[in-house]
Amino acid sequence: MASEDDNAESIAKGEAAGVQEHRSEDGRELSLTGNWTTRSIAAIDGWMRELASTAPERIVLDFASIANIDTAGAFVIRRTVEELRQAGKSVEFRNISHSEEVLLDAVADAASQSMPEKPSSGFGLLTPFAVIGRSVFAMAEQMKYAFGILGSAIAGSSGHGISLTAIVAQIHRIGVGAIPVVLLMNAIIGAIVAQQGAFQLRYFGAEIFVVDLVSVLVLRETGALITAIMIAGRSGSAITAEIGSMKMREEVDALKVIGLNPIGVLVFPRLVALMIALPLLTVAANAAGLAGAMVIANYYSDISYTAFITRMGGWIDVTTVFAGLVKTPFMALAIGVIASMEGMRVGGSAESLGARVTASVVKAIFVVIVLDGLFAIFFASIGF
Amino acid sequence: MAMTETVDKTEWQVGDAEERRVILSAEDITVRFGTQTVLDGLDLDVYAGEVLGFIGPSGSGKSVLLRTVLGLNRKQGGTISLFGQNIEELDEDERTAIDMAMGVLFQHGALFSSLNVLENIQVPMREYLDLPKKLMNELAMLKIEMVGLPPEAAWKFPDELSGGMVKRAALARALSLDPAIVFLDEPTSGLDPIGAADFDELVRQLSDTLGLTVYMVTHDLDSLFSVCDRIAVLGDKKVRVAGTIEDMLVCEDPWVQSYFNGKRARQIKR
Ligand SMILES: Nc1ncnc2c1ncn2[C@@H]1O[C@H](COP(=O)(O)OP(=O)(O)O)[C@@H](O)[C@H]1O
Ligand SMILES: [Mg+2]
Repeated sequence: MASEDDNAESIAKGEAAGVQEHRSEDGRELSLTGNWTTRSIAAIDGWMRELASTAPERIVLDFASIANIDTAGAFVIRRTVEELRQAGKSVEFRNISHSEEVLLDAVADAASQSMPEKPSSGFGLLTPFAVIGRSVFAMAEQMKYAFGILGSAIAGSSGHGISLTAIVAQIHRIGVGAIPVVLLMNAIIGAIVAQQGAFQLRYFGAEIFVVDLVSVLVLRETGALITAIMIAGRSGSAITAEIGSMKMREEVDALKVIGLNPIGVLVFPRLVALMIALPLLTVAANAAGLAGAMVIANYYSDISYTAFITRMGGWIDVTTVFAGLVKTPFMALAIGVIASMEGMRVGGSAESLGARVTASVVKAIFVVIVLDGLFAIFFASIGF
Repeated sequence: MAMTETVDKTEWQVGDAEERRVILSAEDITVRFGTQTVLDGLDLDVYAGEVLGFIGPSGSGKSVLLRTVLGLNRKQGGTISLFGQNIEELDEDERTAIDMAMGVLFQHGALFSSLNVLENIQVPMREYLDLPKKLMNELAMLKIEMVGLPPEAAWKFPDELSGGMVKRAALARALSLDPAIVFLDEPTSGLDPIGAADFDELVRQLSDTLGLTVYMVTHDLDSLFSVCDRIAVLGDKKVRVAGTIEDMLVCEDPWVQSYFNGKRARQIKR
C-alpha cells in the first residue's frame, strides 16, 4: 500500500536490511540501510554476527538510512553492539532517532542474556536399562490402576450420585448407535465364512456341512469377537476421549472437589452400559452372521433356508450359544476399564489425548482377542 | 516464500496523535446467530498507535465483534477495513500480509498444548519467515523477555504455566512478528490484581515503545483508567459511546453511568 507521507529519503521500501561501509582514518563507519524488520532481518543476521571479530577498534553505526525498524532489527543491532563492547571495541551511534533509541533500550536486556539451558533428558550408559525398568514399572502401575478403577467402580456403584438416566443414555450411545455397523459387519463375515466353507467342502461333496461350520464359528467365535472389536474401536475411543478431555479441562478435579467420585460418576455408567450392550449386540450380531451365511449358502450351494435352519437346529444347542455370549460381559468390562484408565491418564496437551485414545483402542482390541483365546482354551478343557 | 509488501507495518506503528489515522474501521456490522442478532449496525474506528479499551456487559458480543474483525465469524452485513483495505477485497497474498501485521491474544490464551512456550512463539515465524534457527531462538527469547516471563519459561509446556504466565506467553506469541496491531480479549481476567496491573503496564509500555495499536476487550476498570487512550462501550448491539475516560465520566448513558460511577470506579478514581 502506498504511504501517504512518503518522505524523499525513505529508501526502497521492501528492501532487505543491509549495510554500507565507509572507511575513515580512525575506524569504520557502517551505514545501516533498508528494512531492519522481522521479515527481512535474516539477510543481514549472519554478517552482523561476524562483525565482532572483524571490526576495528572503533566503529560508527549510522541510522540515517534505515527505512523501517522493529524489535527484531533493534535486537540484532543491540546484540552486535554488546558483542563489540565485550570484545573491547567502541561503538558509536549516529543519526539515531528517538524512537530507535527507545527500541534499542527495550531490547537491551534480551540482547545481553544468553539462551537458558534446556532441561536435558540426560542420555547415559544406563539409559536403556532405565527405559526398560521404567516401562516394566509403568506396566505394573497400569495394571494396578486398571484394577483400582474396576474396584472403585464397583464400590462407587453402591454410593450416591449414580443415575439410571446416565446408564440408559450410555446404553443408547454404545449399544443402539452401534447396531447398523455391527449387523452389517457380522453379516459380511458370516457370508465370507459360508462362501469359503462351501467351496472347500464341495470337494468332498459335503456342502451341507457348511451349515455346521458357519453356525459353530459364528455363534462361538466371530459374533462375539467382531462385535467386541467394533465396540472397542467405536466406544472405547469415545470413552477415552470424553474422560480425557474432561481431565484436561479439570472437570474431573471439579467432580472430586464437589465430593463426587469421578470413577463412580463417569466410569460406572459406561461400564454397566457396556456390559449390558455388548451381550445384546452379540445376540443381534449372531443373527446377522447366520443370516448372511444363509443367503450365501442358498446362492452358491442351493441349500434352502428351511434346510439350513433344520440342519442348524439339529446341531446347535444352547451350550454353543452361551459359549459365545458368556465371554461378552468380560470383554465389555475389559474395554470399559482400559478406556477409562487411558482417559484418566490424559495430561494437559492435545497430543497426549491423541496418544491415550490410540493406546486405549489398541490395548482394548488386544485384550479382547487374548480373552477370547483364553475362553477357547478354557471351554476346550472343560468340554463346554 | 513470495511476500508482498502490501502492509508496511512500521508505517502504522508510529502513533502520531495529531494524525489520527484509522487502522481498523468497522462500518455497519451486523452479526446474527440463527434468530439471535448479536450486533446490529455497529460502527467503530480504531486509530493507529492508540490503546483502545472495549467494554460492555457480559454476553453483549465483544468477543463476537473481535472474531468478526479477525474473519473467524460470518457477518450478515457491513464492511471491515484493516490498514485502509477492505478485508473482503483482498487476494491471498494481501490477506497474508495483513495477517502478519496483526497479533491476537485469545480469551483463554489458545497456546498450542503440544508445544513449549518457545516453540509456540516461533509458530508464526516458521509459518511466514525463513529465519536461521539461532536467530529465531534469540527473537523468541526477546519476546519472552519483553512480556516479562522468566527465561526458564521457554521450555515449559502450556499445562505447566500459571494463568498469568499463559497470558504473557500468548502475548509473546501475538508479538512474534512485531505486528502493528494486537487484539487482546480480556487479557487480565483471571489474574490477581497485581498481576493484572503488571500486565496493564506491560501493554502500555509496549504500545509506547513499539508504537503498537492495542485493541483490548476488558472488564478491568484499572486497565481502563491506567492504560487506555480511548474507550468504546458496546451495548444494545452497537457501540454506544466511544471516547476518552473523561468523556465516559460525563456520559449520559445509564449503563456507562453505573459502570464508571459505581462504587468500584469511584474508589479507583480517587
Ligand atoms: N458461535 C456462536 N453461536 C451462537 N451464539 C453465539 C456464538 N458465539 C457467541 N454467541 C452469542 O453471542 C452473544 C455474545 O457473546 P460474546 O461475544 O462471547 O460475549 P462477550 O461480550 O461476553 O464476549 C452471546 O449471547 C452468545 O451466546
Ligand atoms: Mg468474551
